Amino acid sequence: MQISAHDIAVARGEDTIIDDLSFVVSTGEALVVTGENGAGKSTLLRAIAGFLPLQSGTLQITDPDPDFADTPLRELCHHLGPDNAMKPAQTVEQNLTFWQNFCGNPHLDIIEALEFVGLDGLQDVPFGHLSTGQRRRIAIARLLVSFRPVWLLDEPTSGLDAQSQGQFAALMRVHLEDDGIIIAATHMPLGLDNTTELKLTP
Amino acid sequence: MIALLKRDLSLSLGQGGNGATVLLFYLAVVVAMPFAIGPDKQLLSTVGGATLWIGALLASLLGLDRMFRDDAEDGSLDQMLLAPVPLAAQVFAKALAHWLTTGLPVTLAAPVFALFLSMETDAWLASMATLAVGTPALSFIGAAGAALTVTLARGGLLLAVLVLPLCLPVLIFGVGAVRAAVTEPDPFLPPFLLVAALSLFFAAIGPLAAAYTLRQTEL
Repeated sequence: MQISAHDIAVARGEDTIIDDLSFVVSTGEALVVTGENGAGKSTLLRAIAGFLPLQSGTLQITDPDPDFADTPLRELCHHLGPDNAMKPAQTVEQNLTFWQNFCGNPHLDIIEALEFVGLDGLQDVPFGHLSTGQRRRIAIARLLVSFRPVWLLDEPTSGLDAQSQGQFAALMRVHLEDDGIIIAATHMPLGLDNTTELKLTP
Repeated sequence: MIALLKRDLSLSLGQGGNGATVLLFYLAVVVAMPFAIGPDKQLLSTVGGATLWIGALLASLLGLDRMFRDDAEDGSLDQMLLAPVPLAAQVFAKALAHWLTTGLPVTLAAPVFALFLSMETDAWLASMATLAVGTPALSFIGAAGAALTVTLARGGLLLAVLVLPLCLPVLIFGVGAVRAAVTEPDPFLPPFLLVAALSLFFAAIGPLAAAYTLRQTEL
């Protein structure tokens, strides 16, 4: 599977943020989007997820995986944005179970996913009681409970300590080995080898 | 979709949010009426049906602006847009959850509140029946309005201004049916069926409009 963007332009309101951008990313590859604040990194990820319309250009899947032949791109994507998409009043397990049912295609079960992010034993704690870093790791566990090949990660390691960043790098490597695709917007090195850098300029 | 319905229900019941508050608000509106009009039993029972309906209309606006805003603020709405379930079906589930925590309690409480308004048996039975079939329309209209105002920080007031005029037909026929039930020659059934038709109509069109709006919104 391959995601190819050809001469895409994306606007926010009246301002064109991204213009004439092309890239190709295939399974097993990570594309790291860099650029200073305001360069349009988040905007690009949101456009790929379909939250923002393309002003021009094409964004398509070529050579799709037979398992996902007729699935539109947005249903192949996990988007990890700046917000964690969890309800503070519900427990970790309730939150993750909800997303697992909701996104379909279950992958790891909840307890397993929590072990992978190093938070096993916290499944009955309300999400609102967790620290910032723990919340982020629960949001990362959401990527694991249902399988989607494309991970769109917006500053995924914000709020994580060095050890958790290492854990997350390992998870990303496993995902790439599982024929996943990662497109990440970040300022910090992700700890992956074989990444392609896409530098945006405002 | 069922998962979404369950989550919305448990959230709105859990936070002490809707269920009980809606009833208290409804009580406040209905109790205010005798104070405003005076202790004239005859007059009170005449406007009783209208009072119950106005109360239901106002109560349905409670919590409406949170329908999508909470999800937009914590990032859940983004994930909903990526879900394999059609967005309109998700909106339907959310509107249904809204009705179960506002319209349904209001309907069930109507007979109790009818006592405050010294309404006759026929009148409160008719009120309950029309509220049962009419209040879903309010939730589904509200869903479309809530989708429109989701990105506005203080959209609550605008939402009420947008939604109330659209709810007027439901109110007119709802109150009309209640009045017809107690006034002799007027038939109850035609306005009652019209209310039911409005609910079905908005149940079909409201989620589609809301889903379209959410897709077009640049979150």
